[in-house]
Amino acid sequence: MERIKIATVWLGGCSGCHMSFLDLDEFLIELADLVDIVYSPVVDCKEYPEGVAVCLIEGAVCNEDNLELLHKIRARTQVLISFGDCAITANVPAMRNPLGPDNVADVLQCAYIDHAQDNPRVPVSAGIVPTLLTRVMPVHEAVVVEYYLPGCPPSAAHIKSLLTQLLSGSSPHLEGQQIKFG
Amino acid sequence: MAVKTLTIDGKTISAEESTTILQAAEEAGVTIPTRCHLEGIYDVGACRLCLVEIVGYTKLMSACTTRVRDGMEVTTNSERLRNYRRMTLELLFAERNHICAVCVANGHCELQALAYQQGMDHVRYDYCYPKWEVDASHRLFGMDHNRCILCTRCVRACWHIEGAGTKNVSGRGNQSRIITDLNDAWGVSKTCTSCGKCVMACPTGALFHQGSTAAEMQRDRTKLEFIVNAREKKQWSV
Amino acid sequence: MTLLELQQIKESELAARKKIVLRCCMAAGCMSLDSKGVKERLEKAVDEAGLQDEVEVVGVGCMKLCCVGPLVQADPDSPLYTNVTADNAPAIIAALKGGKAKLEQADPQAPFFTQQKSIVLANSGRIDPERIESYIAVDGYAALLHALTEHTPKDVIEVIVNSGLRGRGGAGFPTGLKWSTVAKSPGAKKYIICNADEGDPGAFMDRSVLESDPHCILEGMAIAAYAVGADQGFIYARAEYPLAISRLQNAIKQAKRLGILGSGIFDSPFNFNIDLRIGAGAFVCGEETALMASVEGKRGTPHPRPPFPAEKGLWDCPTLINNVETIANIAPIYRNGAEWFAGIGTEKSKGTKVFALAGNIKNTGLIEVPMGTPLRMIVEEMGGGAPGGKKIKAVQTGGPSGGCIPAQHLDTPVDYESLTILGSIMGSGGMIVMDDSTQMVDVARFFMEFCMDESCGKCIPCRAGTVQMHHLLEKILARKATPRDLAKLEELCDMVKNTSLCGLGQTAPNPVVSTLRFFRNEYEELLIPETNCPHPATPTAATAI
Repeated sequence: MERIKIATVWLGGCSGCHMSFLDLDEFLIELADLVDIVYSPVVDCKEYPEGVAVCLIEGAVCNEDNLELLHKIRARTQVLISFGDCAITANVPAMRNPLGPDNVADVLQCAYIDHAQDNPRVPVSAGIVPTLLTRVMPVHEAVVVEYYLPGCPPSAAHIKSLLTQLLSGSSPHLEGQQIKFG
Repeated sequence: MAVKTLTIDGKTISAEESTTILQAAEEAGVTIPTRCHLEGIYDVGACRLCLVEIVGYTKLMSACTTRVRDGMEVTTNSERLRNYRRMTLELLFAERNHICAVCVANGHCELQALAYQQGMDHVRYDYCYPKWEVDASHRLFGMDHNRCILCTRCVRACWHIEGAGTKNVSGRGNQSRIITDLNDAWGVSKTCTSCGKCVMACPTGALFHQGSTAAEMQRDRTKLEFIVNAREKKQWSV
Repeated sequence: MTLLELQQIKESELAARKKIVLRCCMAAGCMSLDSKGVKERLEKAVDEAGLQDEVEVVGVGCMKLCCVGPLVQADPDSPLYTNVTADNAPAIIAALKGGKAKLEQADPQAPFFTQQKSIVLANSGRIDPERIESYIAVDGYAALLHALTEHTPKDVIEVIVNSGLRGRGGAGFPTGLKWSTVAKSPGAKKYIICNADEGDPGAFMDRSVLESDPHCILEGMAIAAYAVGADQGFIYARAEYPLAISRLQNAIKQAKRLGILGSGIFDSPFNFNIDLRIGAGAFVCGEETALMASVEGKRGTPHPRPPFPAEKGLWDCPTLINNVETIANIAPIYRNGAEWFAGIGTEKSKGTKVFALAGNIKNTGLIEVPMGTPLRMIVEEMGGGAPGGKKIKAVQTGGPSGGCIPAQHLDTPVDYESLTILGSIMGSGGMIVMDDSTQMVDVARFFMEFCMDESCGKCIPCRAGTVQMHHLLEKILARKATPRDLAKLEELCDMVKNTSLCGLGQTAPNPVVSTLRFFRNEYEELLIPETNCPHPATPTAATAI
């Protein structure tokens, strides 16, 4: 039987959701028998491959790189799962949105100049440092998403529940306490 | 007092004439979701979460403000109602900046709890990301307008239970906001008795105790209930 | 005040009338174009020509053809002068003595005038709204006197029931039924409110009535109060209508002076007072429960019904709330009889309706037509069609709560039921005509923006739903929306309609729903495909893996 191709990506987020993924502990070993993780922060692969079955997306859409990658993911993946609060609500990364249309300049000024200990300057490097979007978005505002797994981070138990349902061929369905923001 | 017989979700129940559908349902063990309703203060029918279908009524009725009638056939949980409730919650989450991860009420928030109950795993509407202030001028309490859902429980608790009339609503539409006195900083209010009833009444993290963290956030509703019981039923026990 | 005294006032008023009466429109529209200056110059010109004994210049209410104001007309037999300036005064006076003034004129035999049937506006543009004697001279207050001296309250209600009059504020609830409900509601204290919080964009019917004939409102209210047993009335007018307010204040003062308002009216045991309440301009205060909250001095937000105002209204007392135009119909119905009124209009919609014609139409102004008049007659014959050779695309009725009726339905008779079938409403009488250059999605966006701004903020669907609907409409107009967004918009329309607390929210989606119904292609043309979704439908996990 061909193993299922799974990817996980890390957009604008703290990587906490991936930490939670690693908290799956021994289930990771069971998982390894069923799936190939073909693209992930924990896999050494530069280009998002074609024909991915499921992609777990952590993080909000914060910059042009995120957006570009996301479009690529959407085109090459069957099922997208918004993985954690940042992907679903844009969460903490979106806290700059209410600052208005100049929020990008404001936050860069604050982080890289006002609070710099030495060498204050906003990093600019075309093609290397991606441009921040004026509006940080949840993933489903940019592309169509199939399933949502909220939490900051989602607990390993909830991740396991969702993956188990998905791998057994049914449509994952979270309810009641399995949905948990924050 | 006359007794009325009606059915709620197919259950035949009887209730006193002045009872609301919400109270009657509760007695019958049927839970209707609410948000602006709070035991002990008058109802305003504003959040529209407790809307129910009644046979023969063309409009959906708010259970908290509609009195029971003989022969009423009430449905509280149809697919249509569930769908509307979920949309209502999504509208609320999109309206202001509800960031559970950094909220003092995380885990003790009625809005959050309702979202889980109604199966809201994401918000389909674009977030509005408005800019709202935080009033931390009061010695004991704070108000974060980003988390306010305008249920006006604080306003009603302040007027109806405490009788201070410090809190009110100003502006209209999505610019409505809870104000202190005539739009003053809370800390300089001469009418506020610092009783904290507004904080007790708040369903979200909009009103909070200064210095509270997410782990400390607990609501104490027993005091409100105590005063209402004392007033209305002359019972002075907790 | 007795019948005899009332008649004496009428007779002396008629006796004092000069041979030629020069009527000069002094309603807000013409006033904004200096009709006051015109009137002053006309008076001066009369003096200069030495015609003081033959000619009088009277400031009157709205003369209806607002688009070419200021308007001046002499009785009898004079042309209707349009776009009159103060400098035209000598020429107009000179023409009174034979000869022709080379001034702009409108044809009084044009359909705009001949197709009108005046009940509510019968005195508009004819009497001086600032003098009670002028109203009494056209049999004003005779109906009230008759009711108080000859009829019981029950008789009065019966007349209104038999007339078939329905509320002119929008919903078309039978007025007689409302009256009898209030009359039957137990309670020693009852109130009556005249809803003059006209707020629909493009609507100015009520304003014109108040400015042109304030006493007919007082008389109608007094008759209604007598019928339902109220002794206190309120007129809730918006502060944006300063002229209407000052004329009402003046009218109330005059009526009190003559003992037509106050205690023991017409020497009967009936007491009735009217106070003005000035609204601060919130659209939602036109909704009756919000209006009552505002009259009580509270924040103008609605509350759920029941209880209805007829049982528990102002300060929890039974309260009758009628719109300006409804009340303006009362005295004429009473004077002429229920049968006369019921003979006008259609089977289910009796009488006439006043419309404020606005938008892309030649003859902007005020019209009153029998119920059942085809829309085409109103906009094409009377209104003269769209200017600049353009075609009429749609007619918007009912303001932000209403809908757009497309040109192919122009033969629809204007009555409550027909408009409802087309997804619009009669509303209070705003009629905005749109020509073929109008973008319908933008029309929907305009009205949604209005509702979003005017939502009181109390209930979530209206407060937050209008914001999201407006956002989606903007997204569509910016060509950034996908078919999914359109589906979301339609879903929200249904939700906001069915879950909002009051009429504002319940009807806020109407402009979207009705433009989607007739102009769906205009929405779809603006959509972009769902490019970022490679699958036509959401795949299930089973198909994915």
